[in-house]
Amino acid sequence: MSDHGTYIKRPNRPLQIYAVIFLIVLYVPVLFIPLFSFNESIYVRFPLEGFTFRWYRELWTREPVWNALFNSIKVGACVAVISTILGVIAARAITRYRMPGKSALVTFIMMPLVIPGIIFGVALLVLLSRMGIPLTLYTVGLGHLIVCLPFAVATLLPRFEGFDPSMEEASADLGENGWWTFWRVTFPMVFPGVVASLLLTFTISFDEFIMAFFLTGTDPTLPMYIWGQLRFPQEFPSVLALSSLILFVSFILVFFAQWVGRMGLDEQNQEAL
Amino acid sequence: MSSSDAFISIQNVNKFFGSFQAINNVSMDIKQGEFFSLLGASGCGKTTLLRMLAGFESTSSGEIYIDGQPTADVPPHHRPVNMVFQSYAIFPHLNVADNIAYGLRKQRLSKAKRAEMVDEMLELIKLPGYGQRKANELSGGQRQRIALARALILRPKVLLLDEPLGALDKQLREQMQLELRALQRQVGITFVFVTHDQEEALTLSDRIAVMSGGQVLQVDTPSRLYETPRTREVASFIGNMNFFRGTVRRNGSAMGAVEAEGLGHIPVPLENLTKPDGATVQIALRPEKFLLTEHKPDAEFAIQGKVANAAYLGERSHYYVSVDGKEEPIAVSAQNLDRVNGAAAAPMGAPMWLSWSPDAVVVLDAD
Repeated sequence: MSDHGTYIKRPNRPLQIYAVIFLIVLYVPVLFIPLFSFNESIYVRFPLEGFTFRWYRELWTREPVWNALFNSIKVGACVAVISTILGVIAARAITRYRMPGKSALVTFIMMPLVIPGIIFGVALLVLLSRMGIPLTLYTVGLGHLIVCLPFAVATLLPRFEGFDPSMEEASADLGENGWWTFWRVTFPMVFPGVVASLLLTFTISFDEFIMAFFLTGTDPTLPMYIWGQLRFPQEFPSVLALSSLILFVSFILVFFAQWVGRMGLDEQNQEAL
Repeated sequence: MSSSDAFISIQNVNKFFGSFQAINNVSMDIKQGEFFSLLGASGCGKTTLLRMLAGFESTSSGEIYIDGQPTADVPPHHRPVNMVFQSYAIFPHLNVADNIAYGLRKQRLSKAKRAEMVDEMLELIKLPGYGQRKANELSGGQRQRIALARALILRPKVLLLDEPLGALDKQLREQMQLELRALQRQVGITFVFVTHDQEEALTLSDRIAVMSGGQVLQVDTPSRLYETPRTREVASFIGNMNFFRGTVRRNGSAMGAVEAEGLGHIPVPLENLTKPDGATVQIALRPEKFLLTEHKPDAEFAIQGKVANAAYLGERSHYYVSVDGKEEPIAVSAQNLDRVNGAAAAPMGAPMWLSWSPDAVVVLDAD
C-alpha cells in the first residue's frame, strides 16, 4: 500500500487517465481560438504562419468594440447586482420560513436553467413588442436577469443552509432587531456567497448571446458584436482575439467566484461534525 | 395563582404547532435569583417553554409575566432575558471580544469602557486574555463560557440556558456544572436551565420542574423530587425506583399498613396514607433504601430473597433480588463496605435478607 493508503483515497490510475481525456476533449476545441488569434494568416488553418499581436492591436483601436464592451459591462454589472439582491432575498426566504409548496417554488426558480434560451427570448420579444416597449440595453438586462437568477440562488442557497438559524436568534436575543441582525450577522456570514454570486452572474450576463440576440436594440453587447463581425472574413482573426480575451476573463472570474464561494464553508462543515 | 415572590409567572400556557400540542396548560412560578431547571425527555416541551420565555415562540393561550410585566407583545430583542443556545451560536466572523460585546451597541459606550466590561467578563469566565482569539480557535468548553459571557454582560433579569452542557464530554461537563452553579451564586441572576439529564438537574438546581408530554408533572426541590415524588412517572424518571402493587390496611395504631406484592404486610407511617382501607395503591422504594444482609437483621420488618443478578460498579453494587410473590426482581443498591469479600459479599443465588425503614416507603396512587 502507498503511504496515503486509506481505502477510499488510494490512487486510481484508470480514473486519472479518464479525467485527463475528459478535460482534453472538453477544452481542446476551445483552445484553438487563442491559438489562431496569434496566427498571422487571416485563414483558420494549419500550418500556422507566424506569431503576431496584430489582431489584438487592431482590436484596441476599434471604436465599436469599446462601445460593445462598455454595453456588456453596464448590463452585466446591473444584472449582477439585481440578481444577487433578489437571490439573497429568495435564499433567505427559502431557508428561514416554513411555507407550503416550498420545493415547487425552488423548482420554479431553477427552471430557467433548463428552459431553452430561445423560448424565453422569443416569449419576451413577443411580450415586449405587444406592450410597445422599444428594445434597448434595458430589455437585454431583463432577459439576462431571468437567466442569471437561478445561478444567484444556487450560489447563495448553500450559504444560507450552511449557517445555524440560532445565530440570528442569538442576535435578536442580544437586543438587535431584524434590520441590524441582517447587517451584523446574516450578511457578513453569507458575504463570500454574495461575492461569488456577483462574479458568476456578471460573467454569465457578459457571455450571454441568445437573449441578447432577441432583445438587443441598436446598442450591441460584446457577443452580439462578435456575431455581427462573423459575416466579414477579414475580421475573423480579430473576432478570435476578442473571443480569447473574453474566455480568459471569464475563466478568471468564475475560478475566483468558486474560490470565494467556498471560503469558510469547509470550516463550518467541520464544526458541524 | 401567582404568589408575591414570583419573578417569572407562567399562567395556563398552551402551545400548538398545527394540531400537535407542545405545551399543555402549564402554570408555574419562578423566584428571583433561583436556579430553576426544566427537566424532561426530548420532545416533552421544555425547550419550547424556554423559547417562549425568550420570545422566539408565542403562546397559543395563557400569559407569561417576567418581573411583573406581561410579555405577549414583547419581541425577543426587547425582553430583559438573554439566552445561551444549545449550539452556543458564537458568531464565527467576530473575535471573542466582539462576540462578548455584541449586545452593547445600543448603550453607546466609549471604547475604553467597552473593553473594560469585556475584560471583566473574560475574568469572570476564567478566560482572561482571550479577547483577540478567533471564534474557530475555541474548544467546546470555551465556546460555552463565551456564550455565557455574551449573555451576562447585558445584566439580564433572567438567563435562559438550553442544554448548554450537552455537547461537552463527561469530565468537562462535571467541571462546568460546578462553575455554572458558582457563577450563578456570584451574579445572583435568575437562571432557567433546560436539561434532559436528571443528575445534572439534581446537582445544579434550587428547584426543578419535571415535564412530560407538554405538561408539568411536579415542581419541587431536588431532594423532595427524589424522596417524595408525586407520581410514578416522576419517581421513575428521577433515579431508579421499585414499584409494588398494594392494598391499604390501616390496622396498626401508630403505623398504617399496606399489603404489598412480594413484601407482604408492611408498616407505613400514617401520615403517608391518605387513602381509605381497601384502596389500591402503589408502594415505591428506592434501591438504596434497602439493606441487604446475609443474616436476619434486627429490624422491624425483613423479607428473604435470592440474588438473581448483580453488577459490581466499584463504589457500589447493584443487586437484583427475586422474592416470592413479585414477578420482577427488586433492585437493590448497596455500598461496597466490605473490602475483603468485595463482590462476593452477596454471591449470585445466595439467600439474603432485605430490610428497610418504614420511613423510606413512598405511597403513590395506583395508575
